[in-house]
Amino acid sequence: MLTGLLDGLFSGISIGSVLLLAALGLAIVFGLMGVINMAHGELMMLGAYTTFVVQNVFKSFGSPWFDLYIFFALIAAFVVTALFGLILERGVIRYLYGRPLETLLATWGVSLILQQFVRSVNWVLVTGIVLFCLLFFGALQILSRRANFDRIRNWAIAILLPLSSAIAGMTGIFLGQTYKLAMTRPWFGAQNVDVTAPKWLRGGLPIGNFQLSYARIFIIVLTIACLVAVYLFLNRSAWGLRIRSVTQNRTMSACLGIPTQKVDALTFAIGSGLAGIAGCAVSLIGSVGPNTGQNYIVDTFMVVVVGGVGKLVGSIVAALVIGTTNYIVGSGVLSNLFEPIKPLADFFTFFATTSMAKVMVFALIIVFLQIKPAGLFPQKGRTVDA
Amino acid sequence: MILPVDTAIRREAFDWRKYRSLIIEGAIVLALILLLIFVVPQFLVSIGQAFRVNLLGRYLSLAIVALGIDLIWGYTGILSLGHGLFFALGGYALAMYLQLQPSGQLPDFFALYGVTELPAFWQPFSSLPFTIFAAIVIPTIVAAVLGYLVFRNRIRGVYFSILTQAALIVFFNFFNGQQKLINGTNGLKTDTTTIFGQTVGEPAVQWSFYMLTVVLLAVAYGVCRWLTSGRLGRLLVAIRDDEPRVRFTGYDPTAFKVLVFAASAGLAGVAGALYTVQSGIITPKSMDIAFSIEMVIWVAVGGRASLVGAIIGTLIVNFAKSFLSESFPEVWLFFQGALFLIVVTVLPGGLVGWLRSQGLDYARTLLRGKQRISTYPSLEEDPDVEYERQDLTNRKSDG
Repeated sequence: MLTGLLDGLFSGISIGSVLLLAALGLAIVFGLMGVINMAHGELMMLGAYTTFVVQNVFKSFGSPWFDLYIFFALIAAFVVTALFGLILERGVIRYLYGRPLETLLATWGVSLILQQFVRSVNWVLVTGIVLFCLLFFGALQILSRRANFDRIRNWAIAILLPLSSAIAGMTGIFLGQTYKLAMTRPWFGAQNVDVTAPKWLRGGLPIGNFQLSYARIFIIVLTIACLVAVYLFLNRSAWGLRIRSVTQNRTMSACLGIPTQKVDALTFAIGSGLAGIAGCAVSLIGSVGPNTGQNYIVDTFMVVVVGGVGKLVGSIVAALVIGTTNYIVGSGVLSNLFEPIKPLADFFTFFATTSMAKVMVFALIIVFLQIKPAGLFPQKGRTVDA
Repeated sequence: MILPVDTAIRREAFDWRKYRSLIIEGAIVLALILLLIFVVPQFLVSIGQAFRVNLLGRYLSLAIVALGIDLIWGYTGILSLGHGLFFALGGYALAMYLQLQPSGQLPDFFALYGVTELPAFWQPFSSLPFTIFAAIVIPTIVAAVLGYLVFRNRIRGVYFSILTQAALIVFFNFFNGQQKLINGTNGLKTDTTTIFGQTVGEPAVQWSFYMLTVVLLAVAYGVCRWLTSGRLGRLLVAIRDDEPRVRFTGYDPTAFKVLVFAASAGLAGVAGALYTVQSGIITPKSMDIAFSIEMVIWVAVGGRASLVGAIIGTLIVNFAKSFLSESFPEVWLFFQGALFLIVVTVLPGGLVGWLRSQGLDYARTLLRGKQRISTYPSLEEDPDVEYERQDLTNRKSDG
């Protein structure tokens, strides 16, 4: 019975560390901007696909390099998703500050586009998009030097938008017809892709009659590393100080000369980059598909809700508790524990599947929110809305 | 006692002018009902698109959910991402009744899992009155309990949205996993079952469901219209715009929020029941996260805080969906994503909101060739003033 509980604890921590890694970026962004990024799961997926690409590149380099690809993949995943997050923030989200519900819907739109994008991305699509961006934004950039830009702006957009999309579309069709399959074949397709872990991450460490896989240990270590890095960044660097001050009081920080727009962009990029790292980690424990992100969003949101905003420790405790509870309830340890008391054992047996465990965890979260509505470690303040 | 003369007279004369706009609105709704029942289906059949009648019926029932969402999101500012849950509860209630027809026998699928006795919670669903009651009341109660527990603690905004989404996932898992109770992933089929001795999939039965949908949509519109007009409606808008201030003026926002959330869940239940019988099956897939968020976009496209907008938006988006996914299946998700982005950034008021704020002016400009003048001609037609105004709106749209 004790080994069962210990087993549950280990598995819970390893599930919780994935959750924490996934929720970390979300929590930081939510704390700073009050924005829930529904595309966070899709950013994870993007990170996982980046890992897949890096792995394929390193496969061609041969054995000593291939064993180390995961570190390069981590960096690549961080950079790719951080850049994407930056574009997302500058392009969409900054227009929606103060309207959190609208932001939520907009990011959901982005997540849909990303899901379909990885399904159907091919050379034609990429060329088309790049060409469109060059033509449209390039022309706007040139026009913006004119003095009467504000006046002609709407007209310029109305003309340029169909024009550049038509040119891009035609080029795409032309490319597709000349080069056929080489250009039109999707890169990844709708099927799941598999990332093979390097040799030293396969297998596991036996503890009693239970095996803790090296991949899981790697994820736990990675999570701790990310936590330390984020902690140091937030508490020891100048930009971290700015981020914390904007989190506490946006208006006052702006008055004191902190560039809040830059802080927002930076934070969003870092939050997205952390999602990329989480995606890289997730690709080690299962295959990766366009819907990978969807599996994580609700759980990570729950971590943010339970943890409260503004403190890292809230997210840590929440992720570990949710992960452990999920595992302990789902694996049926509790029903064995309460064997002597029949109705209680029956009750726990009913919840002893992965999906039913979620039902119970949700009920517990609702009960918890009755006691602490603002999460585990709420920010103290005297705002009306608190 | 002698009444003062003027009150006595006033009581006699019914003031028509006071109710004129209401009567006109009622007449328009009636005309639309007749149009939807007698003209549109005939037209669709005559151009050889008879199956679109069934689609229209389904989308009209989805419009009932959209009304409910408009009620909570457009008017009260509560964004629920879990309305699929209430939708599915209503659908399952009616599907369970149909599965038990004609005489309360054990539905076929139970044999697959070796269940020989009807589970207890199925028992009451063999009566039609209870089922109809349950399809409305069960979602209402679930919503009221969830809403009370959450709103009581002043959890709102994004937190509430996420919690509704989690609730949705929880119920999805429950329905998906419990094969012995509710047939799990496979869901409950209704098109081969019978109602009043007739097969539900028959064209005649489907036709009566279509008419029922149109009538119930009108009723739902009436209910929402009644809820959003008058003092309650103003209070809801006040909660949306500044909840703390409503509380400081002595109202209890919790009660009103719970009320309106529950009402909207009840509407979703009705819609779910109607949709299920017209599509022929209800599965846990209707509790998909994506489907529930899609419901929100229908309202957003049509126009928040406009009941007509919710209905129009539902029809437009769904017909666009069926058209696009028939001809270009890959494009639909791109299109839907773009729709979310565009509606939120460029068109926050939706179609109806745009019509209200700018469209009328545009139309007038087109008709008359010049803009309506609201101040002095010398001010309005001065190019400098005009430029200033343009500049101001540009800056405003830049945020």
